[in-house]
Amino acid sequence: MKILLALLTLLFLSSCASSDIWGWYVIDPTTKNGWINIKFLINGMGNTILVSLIAAGFSIALGLLVALPALSHRRWLRIINRIYVEFVRSIPLLPMLFWVFYGLPIIFKSMGLDIPIDPFWGAVITLALSDSAFTAEIYRSGIQSIARGQTEAARTIGLSYAQTMRYVILPQAIRRILPPLANQFIYIVKMSAFASVIGMQELTRRANELVVSEYRPLELYTFLILEYLVLVLIISAGVRWLERRMGADERN
Amino acid sequence: MTDKKIEMIDVNKWFDDFHVLKNINLTVKAGERVVICGPSGSGKSTVVRCINRLEEHQSGVIRVDGVELTNDKAAIATIRSEVGMVFQQFNLFPHLSVLDNLILGPMKARGLSRADATDRAMHYLERVRIPEQAGKRPAQLSGGQQQRVAIARSLTMEPKVMLFDEPTSALDPEMISEVLDVMVSLARDGMTMIVVTHEMGFARKVADQMIFMDGGEIVESGPPEPFFTAAKSARCQKFLSQILQH
Repeated sequence: MKILLALLTLLFLSSCASSDIWGWYVIDPTTKNGWINIKFLINGMGNTILVSLIAAGFSIALGLLVALPALSHRRWLRIINRIYVEFVRSIPLLPMLFWVFYGLPIIFKSMGLDIPIDPFWGAVITLALSDSAFTAEIYRSGIQSIARGQTEAARTIGLSYAQTMRYVILPQAIRRILPPLANQFIYIVKMSAFASVIGMQELTRRANELVVSEYRPLELYTFLILEYLVLVLIISAGVRWLERRMGADERN
Repeated sequence: MTDKKIEMIDVNKWFDDFHVLKNINLTVKAGERVVICGPSGSGKSTVVRCINRLEEHQSGVIRVDGVELTNDKAAIATIRSEVGMVFQQFNLFPHLSVLDNLILGPMKARGLSRADATDRAMHYLERVRIPEQAGKRPAQLSGGQQQRVAIARSLTMEPKVMLFDEPTSALDPEMISEVLDVMVSLARDGMTMIVVTHEMGFARKVADQMIFMDGGEIVESGPPEPFFTAAKSARCQKFLSQILQH
């Protein structure tokens, strides 16, 4: 990874000198115009992070809600979970985004509700829905990995189902759930690029807009990729830190 | 309420096609100690697990302290609050300290304050003779200590009946006696107990009623004296001779 970064930096620097093929001047921070372009591109970061965080928050809550029926001994509850997970998991993100952004307001309208969906919330809803099928599976496997005896012991000392979950099962499962859940956040960050299609001003949208006016796709998309790279590397470092902490906890 | 703490009348249970319990009839009076033995797969654990509804029975009647076990959630809750259970694998909560394992039930299910629950927990930890371990995690204790904590955890709910499902089977030999000693002292204090075990020395010492199960049936039952010396059925004689050789 470090070598790759060094190479890219080298490529960038060597090409900043004028050349016919390269046009790194569009993002040359030493020129006024280049600096303005860089600021324009990086300003999309806020929306990318915000939409990802909010979508992840909803997905974490929704995922738990979807996972719980999977743990029931009632067959029809497990079937509901299966249908949801298989259905949501099989829809590609882009069609789902179109459906939510263009289709959902029509459903709202037919119910007499006037709820406009702007690009930001369209992206949040789509990402949260799409991701919830995966987080549900993470919860399910995490909770199922806690031995059955724990539930039985909790029930025999008089705890209710909700108390058993809250005080006994989830605190243990969370150590196994958190790392893959954090990993799933990387998926959301990357998929948020699709929101550019419905016009949300995030990283990809901004690069696209600049490409249209500057006509320098190679340089601008390279910069865009580096932006995602830096973002994801930071999250990965966070995930590894979390895994180490959880692992250290487990050994106690 | 009634002298009969536990009543099982013609109880049958199937796991899918497998008939695990066949017409089980069992009555346990207040203060009585019942020991159930039998080969593995004979259904002895299932009997115990049906009594606090960890397993459902399909036909017959089970009453605990006069309350019948049905799908009625309130009845199940009432019964569970009166019946303590000790498992082969201890099933302590590994993420909580010993003390927190003990106060969880009294605080959340009984609504005691933390101070009252702690007093009660320390009382029962002293009863099983490990109050000094209160601050440790279960994984830091030996198997015998963990099982004593599990017994104390059940006792903090102040149950009227205690069920033991092979409480010493997962223990190293040198730790068995410390757990049995606690159980003997419980029996001496008049606790109603049903114990699934192969510890026949313990059975001789405390049992009022011995039960031998095989193939999902109660094959033989009665007071320990004729049971150990003059078992009627061939199956029971064979089983006893096998486990008493050791």
